Amino acid sequence: MLEIKNLHAHVGDDETEILRGVNLTVKPGEVHAIMGPNGSGKSTLSYILAGKDDYEVTEGDILFNGESMLEMEPDERAAAGLFLAFQYPIEIPGVATMTFLKTALNAQRKARGEGELSTPEFMKKVKEKAAELNITMDMLKRPLNVGFSGGEKKRSEILQMSLLEPKLCIMDETDSGLDIDALKIVADGVNRLRSPDRAMVVITHYQRLLDHIVPDVVHVLSRGRIVKTGGKELALELEKNGYADYVGQAA
Amino acid sequence: MNMETRSLKTSAETELASLFDGARGDFAGSDAVRKRREEAFSAFDKRGLPHRRVEEYKYSDIRAKLKSASALVAAGTDGDAKAALDAVATYGDLERYRIVIDNGRLVTGLSDIGALKGEGVTVSDLNAALGETDGLLDVSTIAAADPMIMLNTALVLGGAVVRVGDGVEVSRPIEIVYTASATGARYTRCRIELGKGAKATILESFEDDVAEAEGNAVSDFVIGDEAKLTLARVVTGEATHVSSVLMDIGASAEVKAIGFNMGTDFARTQSFVTFSGEHSNASLYGITMVREKQHSDHTLVVDHKVPNCESRERFKAVIDDFAEGVFQGKIIVRPHAQKTDGRMMTQALLLSEDASMANKPELEIFADDVQCAHGATSGQIDEDLLFYLRARGIPEAQARMLLVLAFLAEAVEEMEDEGIVSALEGRIRDWLSVEE
Repeated sequence: MLEIKNLHAHVGDDETEILRGVNLTVKPGEVHAIMGPNGSGKSTLSYILAGKDDYEVTEGDILFNGESMLEMEPDERAAAGLFLAFQYPIEIPGVATMTFLKTALNAQRKARGEGELSTPEFMKKVKEKAAELNITMDMLKRPLNVGFSGGEKKRSEILQMSLLEPKLCIMDETDSGLDIDALKIVADGVNRLRSPDRAMVVITHYQRLLDHIVPDVVHVLSRGRIVKTGGKELALELEKNGYADYVGQAA
Repeated sequence: MNMETRSLKTSAETELASLFDGARGDFAGSDAVRKRREEAFSAFDKRGLPHRRVEEYKYSDIRAKLKSASALVAAGTDGDAKAALDAVATYGDLERYRIVIDNGRLVTGLSDIGALKGEGVTVSDLNAALGETDGLLDVSTIAAADPMIMLNTALVLGGAVVRVGDGVEVSRPIEIVYTASATGARYTRCRIELGKGAKATILESFEDDVAEAEGNAVSDFVIGDEAKLTLARVVTGEATHVSSVLMDIGASAEVKAIGFNMGTDFARTQSFVTFSGEHSNASLYGITMVREKQHSDHTLVVDHKVPNCESRERFKAVIDDFAEGVFQGKIIVRPHAQKTDGRMMTQALLLSEDASMANKPELEIFADDVQCAHGATSGQIDEDLLFYLRARGIPEAQARMLLVLAFLAEAVEEMEDEGIVSALEGRIRDWLSVEE
């Protein structure tokens, strides 16, 4: 589903490479975790996958279902089935959450040549998914993420993900700022979305999220390269020993 | 004696003088009213059209803009007015009463005068009212020196006097629609009075702008004690339009007003708001939407003459291409107007490199126990917001439109009434979707 080949990238005018040859293959149905210390390039990788134009790819390629994504606009990538759950979901005053969800869903359907959902069909769907995530109708009437607590913002991201039903979900530090109860709600939401034809990449700093969202493969990203790949036990080892072993290795 | 020498009149100024000469024989009203109009013209004539060296018009040079003065528009037939009215779509099927002013004159046949009377609202023709009541052309202290209001006083063709009786709560909004069924300059004036404890929503729709003809409208609101006014104004079209709102607010009254300058070649909306009674509050919002080489000016003077009043001013501008936006806002707090609370904010969203916005906020505070603040921002669409929307599958053009709408909605939604909010947002959407 996703193939990242020898990806090199830097931020805008700054020539310093942040990604220095990332290779990663994710197959349908798999959940991959990417772990790594601060500054290893985890968030950069997620933004580049989503198509943020602050970054410049200098070498390598990203294939999504066999086709290069590098020339695709962010909205085209979304319509093709890629979803990034943001580490810091953005507040948009003046846009009601409900309006935003409907606009996004219908824009994607339109781009794929599917018919737009009618308001009653849409409402039924939203109510069902929102209830699963403990999101009230009152929250949906409020402007997107404005005045939401950290936990509410993350739940709002997962609600968007479940409504948009992407093929590939990338979650950037979805556990940051969550207490144990909120973490459970978010993880349950993510687990409901696991399916044989959907892949997930979970980017995280800590192992605790992986107790709830159990990965098939764990990678360690350090200084812009994947320096180690293993099973879920690798996450436990990292929790115990820290990243010190790997920071040196990548230099 | 005024020693100011103005050696040369512009051709527009000369034409205005001859317009006044030609029109004075037709003036309605008492001798006092005629005298008032003569005085107003002579005061205007001394000053001439305002230009960039007049501080209040620094950014909106009317003398340079108005190369010549159009002849006064002739009265149209009711049939023509009906056709012009039918072309107006702003409030769609919102249930409302209408008062129609075509070519600067009240069209009684198209106005819901009977139904309004049943609600306790009287509507009369300004020209008839001028013969019965003195003082209808008077203006407040803060507006007295404005040359464009002087010109309106001198040349006014007609309008309406709307009186909402004491304690009357009008069940539907009242829309005053200004239409044009012929070309020519329109000098109109409406006086709207809310009696003690009255409650009304007034919509003013200026749909009368015909290219190459100028409009000069004065809307004079007198808001009684404990009254509640909701006001939404939309100025649109292709002409040069100067619109003046006078507002005198009694005690314990509440005002919520929004004014749009939308896509007009040259529009200035100037509001002069006076707090005359204590414990009142006014929320004043303004929207500018311009593109190409359009020019929009929102000028506001709020006079806190008495203690214990609260005013909120919030202005938003969306400016594209080479267009210019202007905001001038002045809050005056008189020496004894203690406990005044005034907050003014102006924000501009510039959609192109060449778009410009001039902000001039001023506070003149002569009391010592007050809270006043102002702020101004100008910026582009936030790229992070744009990326977020696009990452959810919303194409760039649609995402931009959504963000502009969101920027303006913060002010528009303060109007609360769902029918009005959705009509105004519909107008915004229409404006945005014609953008290339």
